[in-house]
Amino acid sequence: MITRIGRLFAVAMLALLTCGTMVAQNPMAPEGVKVGDNAPDFVLKNIDGTVVGPRTYSAAKGLILVFTCNHCPYSVKYEDRIIALHKEFAAKGFPVIAVNPNDSIVSPEDSYSKMQKRAADKAFPFAYLYDETQVVAQRYGARRTPHVFVLLRTRIGWTVEYIGAIDDNADNAADATQFFVADAVNALLKGTKPAQATTKAIGCTIKWKKG
Amino acid sequence: MIVSFVLAALLATSVPDVTLADVERRFAHGSDTVFVVNFWATWCRPCVTELPAFDHLARTSGSYSRPIKVVLVSLDAASDRSTKLEPFIRKRGMSCEVVRLNESKPHLWIDRVDPTWQGSIPATWIVSRDQRVLYEREFTQQELHDTLTQFLKSSPR
Repeated sequence: MITRIGRLFAVAMLALLTCGTMVAQNPMAPEGVKVGDNAPDFVLKNIDGTVVGPRTYSAAKGLILVFTCNHCPYSVKYEDRIIALHKEFAAKGFPVIAVNPNDSIVSPEDSYSKMQKRAADKAFPFAYLYDETQVVAQRYGARRTPHVFVLLRTRIGWTVEYIGAIDDNADNAADATQFFVADAVNALLKGTKPAQATTKAIGCTIKWKKG
Repeated sequence: MIVSFVLAALLATSVPDVTLADVERRFAHGSDTVFVVNFWATWCRPCVTELPAFDHLARTSGSYSRPIKVVLVSLDAASDRSTKLEPFIRKRGMSCEVVRLNESKPHLWIDRVDPTWQGSIPATWIVSRDQRVLYEREFTQQELHDTLTQFLKSSPR
C-alpha cells in the first residue's frame, strides 16, 4: 500500500515537473539556487527504470548532487573521481546522485540508453538520473557539466551547502591540491559549514532543448 | 633536404602558452583596438562549431570602425597541445591568432575574467579600453557581427 502511494506520488511529481517545463523554457533566465537556499525536491527516472529523488535516500544526512553526462570530456575526466566520492561518502551518509540534464536530440550521446550503457561500462555505484525535461537543472541553476551541489538534510527538507567544482584540477586528479566537495562534505559531517561554499570550473555547456 | 626543412618549418604550427595576465597586458597596449577573445577547446563541440565565425571576423576585421583583434584562447590541457591542439589548428588552417591558456586554478582565474562567468565554454570576451563584456554563449557569424557592432556603438573611443 505504501509503495503504491509512493508510486502515485512519484507519478504526480513527474506530471508536475513535466508541466513545469512549459513555463520555464528559457535556460538563461532562472538564476537557480544559492548556498543557504532550500534545495528543490525532484524525482527522475534512474537508469534501472526506477524513479529516484532526494527522498529516496531516507537515511542520508545529505547528498552529493552532480549534474554530469556521457559526452562531455570534463565529465569523463571526473567520472572516476565521482565514483570515488560515492565510495567514500555514501557510507558516511552522503551518497552521490548523478543527473544528466542534456537534451538527447542536441546531444545524442547523452540519451537514456547511452546513459545505461555508460553506467554499466563504468559500473557506476550511484543512481544516474535522466532530467529529460531539464527542469531540475533549471531549478538548481546548473550551468555546465560537471556541476556539483552538496545538500544537507534539515527537519523539513534539504538545504544547499556547496555549489561548484569537485577539485581544482580537471586534467589530472593527481595534481589536484584542493578537494572542494570532499572538504565541504567533511565539514558538514563535523557539523560545520564548508569553508569554501562556492567555486567555479570550466565545463561543457548544458545542451538545452532547441526551439 | 632544404625543401623538406622549410616545409617542416612552415607546417609546424606552434601554439604559445600565455597566462591571463599576458592576455590582459595585450589589452593595455592595444590603445584603440577592440579585442575579441574566444575561450574554447578542441574537445568542446559547440566551440569548434563556432570557430569559423571567429575566423571570418578576423578576415573581415577591416570593415569595422575600429581595429579589431581576434584571439582564440584554448583551454586544452598542456598534455593535449602537440597531440590534439596543434594538429587541429594545422588541419583547419585557422587564420586568427591561437594561444593556450596556462592557468591551473580555474576557481581563481574565471572570476578574474568576469565574476558573472559560470565557467562553461564557449565564452567570448569583448574588450575595449573602457568596456569589458563576457558573453557565455555560442555565436553564429551574424550574431557575432551584430554583437560586436552593438559593443562598438556602446563603447566610446
